[in-house]
Amino acid sequence: MNTSDPPAVSLRAVTRQFGTVRAVNGVDLDIRAGELFGLIGRNGAGKSTLFRMMLGLIPVSDGEIRIEGVRVDGSAFRAVRRRVGYLPENVVLYDNLSGRETLRFFARLKGVPATACDAALERVGLSPAADRRVSGYSRGMRQRLGFAQALLGNPRILFLDEPTTGLDADAIRGFHDVLRGLREEGVTIVMTSHILAELQERVDRLAILVDGRVRAEGSVQSLREHVDLPLSVTVAVRLDGAARVAAAIQPLAVAAVVVRGRELSAGCRREAKMAMLDALAGVRADVEDIQVREPSLEDVFFGLSTGGAMAWS
Amino acid sequence: MELKQLLAIAAREFRDRIRNRWVLAVALVFTVLALVIAFFGGAQQGAVGFRSVEFTIASLVSLVIYLMPLIALLLGFDAIVGERERGSLDLLLSMPITRFELLIGKYLGLALAMTVSTVAGFGLVMLILSPKLDAEGCYHYVGFMASSILLGLVFLSIAVSISARAIDRARASGLAIATWFFFVLVFDLVLLGVLVFTGGAFGGDILPYLLLLNPADVFRVLNVFTLDELRASYGLATVFPEQLASPWLLGTVMLAWIAGPLTLASWRFRR
Repeated sequence: MNTSDPPAVSLRAVTRQFGTVRAVNGVDLDIRAGELFGLIGRNGAGKSTLFRMMLGLIPVSDGEIRIEGVRVDGSAFRAVRRRVGYLPENVVLYDNLSGRETLRFFARLKGVPATACDAALERVGLSPAADRRVSGYSRGMRQRLGFAQALLGNPRILFLDEPTTGLDADAIRGFHDVLRGLREEGVTIVMTSHILAELQERVDRLAILVDGRVRAEGSVQSLREHVDLPLSVTVAVRLDGAARVAAAIQPLAVAAVVVRGRELSAGCRREAKMAMLDALAGVRADVEDIQVREPSLEDVFFGLSTGGAMAWS
Repeated sequence: MELKQLLAIAAREFRDRIRNRWVLAVALVFTVLALVIAFFGGAQQGAVGFRSVEFTIASLVSLVIYLMPLIALLLGFDAIVGERERGSLDLLLSMPITRFELLIGKYLGLALAMTVSTVAGFGLVMLILSPKLDAEGCYHYVGFMASSILLGLVFLSIAVSISARAIDRARASGLAIATWFFFVLVFDLVLLGVLVFTGGAFGGDILPYLLLLNPADVFRVLNVFTLDELRASYGLATVFPEQLASPWLLGTVMLAWIAGPLTLASWRFRR
C-alpha cells in the first residue's frame, strides 16, 4: 500500500437526497489501493446508501464517485464491476439452487470460469455442503456462500457490508483468515461492521459517518489521539490498600476513582499517564497489578458520534 | 448487450420454474382442461365425445382467454419487485450486467417456462386427439397453441412492466389482478355498453380498431378468423372488416403488445 498511488475508491462532495431527506451529505473520501477501510456509523447514518452509491446501484444526487479512476455512473464502469466483489448485508440467495449452482450462476454473470467456483467454496469452507440446496443452509452458511460469491473472479476491490452477521466464532475466525490472505494479495477492502472491536484491530483506516457526513477519518490510533478521551487505568490492590491507592491517584484522575472490592478504576489524561504510574509506584506495597488501556474504537465512536466538540474533521 | 449474462439470468428463471414444478402444474392444468373440453364440451347439447377441432378450439379459446392472462400475470408480477423486496436485486445489479439485460433475461426465462408448459399441456392433448385430426385440423390446433403462447407472452410483458414500476409485491399483485379484470372482463363490456347506449352512433365504425387495443380480443379474433365454422357462428365476425382479419396483421399487433410494455418496463427500471 503506497499513499502516493491513485486511490482505489474516491468520493468527491458526494450527496444523496431522498425527497427532503439528505441521507449522504457532501462526503469526500479517498480509499487507498490495498488498504482495509472501515465505515462505521449508527443505523441511518448513511453507510448503506454510501455503499450502494459506490457500487453504482443508485445514482448520486451531487458529486462524483470513481472506482479505479472510472466514474461509477459511466458505461466504462461495467468492466470495473468484474474486478469488484460485493457482499450485501443479509445476503439473499436463491433457495432452489445448490451452493455450487449459486456460484456458477454468479460466475456466469461475472464472466468467470466455472472452475473458480470450487476454489471459492473451498476458501469459505463450504465444499462439503456445495451440492445441498441453499434452502437447507443455516444463516451462517448463507453468509459464507455470499462471501464466496464476492470472491469470484479474484476481485481487486471488495465491499463487505456487515460480513460477519450470523457467523459463529469459528466462522468469524475463518473469515478473518481469508481477509488476511486477501490483504496480502493487495486487495482493497471496504467494510462495515457493528462489531467495532472486530474492526479496531484490523482496519488501516476508517471513517465515522454521522447524519450522512464524515465526522472523522483516519487510523484508529490517530482518531484516539484526536479525540481527547482519557486512558483507562485499572489497579488491583492488596487486601487493605484500596483507600491508600485511591487517595494517591485521585488528584490525577479525570473523575472520581471507582472502587469495586480490590479493584480500582480511574480515567487518566494521556499526558498524566506517567505521573499516575509514578503515584502508583509510591504506594507500590499496596499494588498487585496495573493495566492501562487505550480508549477502544467504541469509546472513540461514541465520543465522536455524540459529541459536538469534534469539529476537527 | 452481452448475450451470455442475459442467458444466465434467463436460464436461472427457467430452472427455478422447473424446480418448483410451476411448469408441470400449468401443463397439467392445460391438459386436463383441454381433454375435458374436447370430450365433454358438448355434454350440454346431449353429446359426449370428440366432435370437431373447430368446436374444441372454440371452447378452448373461451377458456384460454380467461386463464392464460391470469397465469402470465401471476407468473411475472414479482419478477423485479420480488427481487427488490427480498433484497437480492442489489447483488444482481452489482454484477457486470445492465438493467436492460436483467429485465430481458428475466422475461425470456419466464416466457420459456410459459411456452414449455403451454406446448406440453396442449401438445399432449393434440397427441391424444391425433387419430381424429386431419392435416388441416392439426394446422388449426397448432395455430391455436401459437396464438395462446402469444397471448401469454403479451400478458407476461405487461406483468413485468408492472413489476418494474411497483413499489412492493402487494401493490404489484393488486395491479396485476386489476389488469386482468380490465382486459378480460371490463373492456368488452364497456365497448358494448357504449355501442348499445348510443344506438350504434358511437363506436360502430371504429369498434374493430378499438378491439386491437385489447390483446385478449386480438387473440379471440385471430382464432375466430382462421376457422370458417367459427367465423359464421361468432357475431363479432360480421362487424370485423376483412382487411383487419389477416393473421399476420393480428400477430404483429400481438408482437407490438409484447414490445410496448417491455419498452416501458425498461425505461421505468432504468430510472
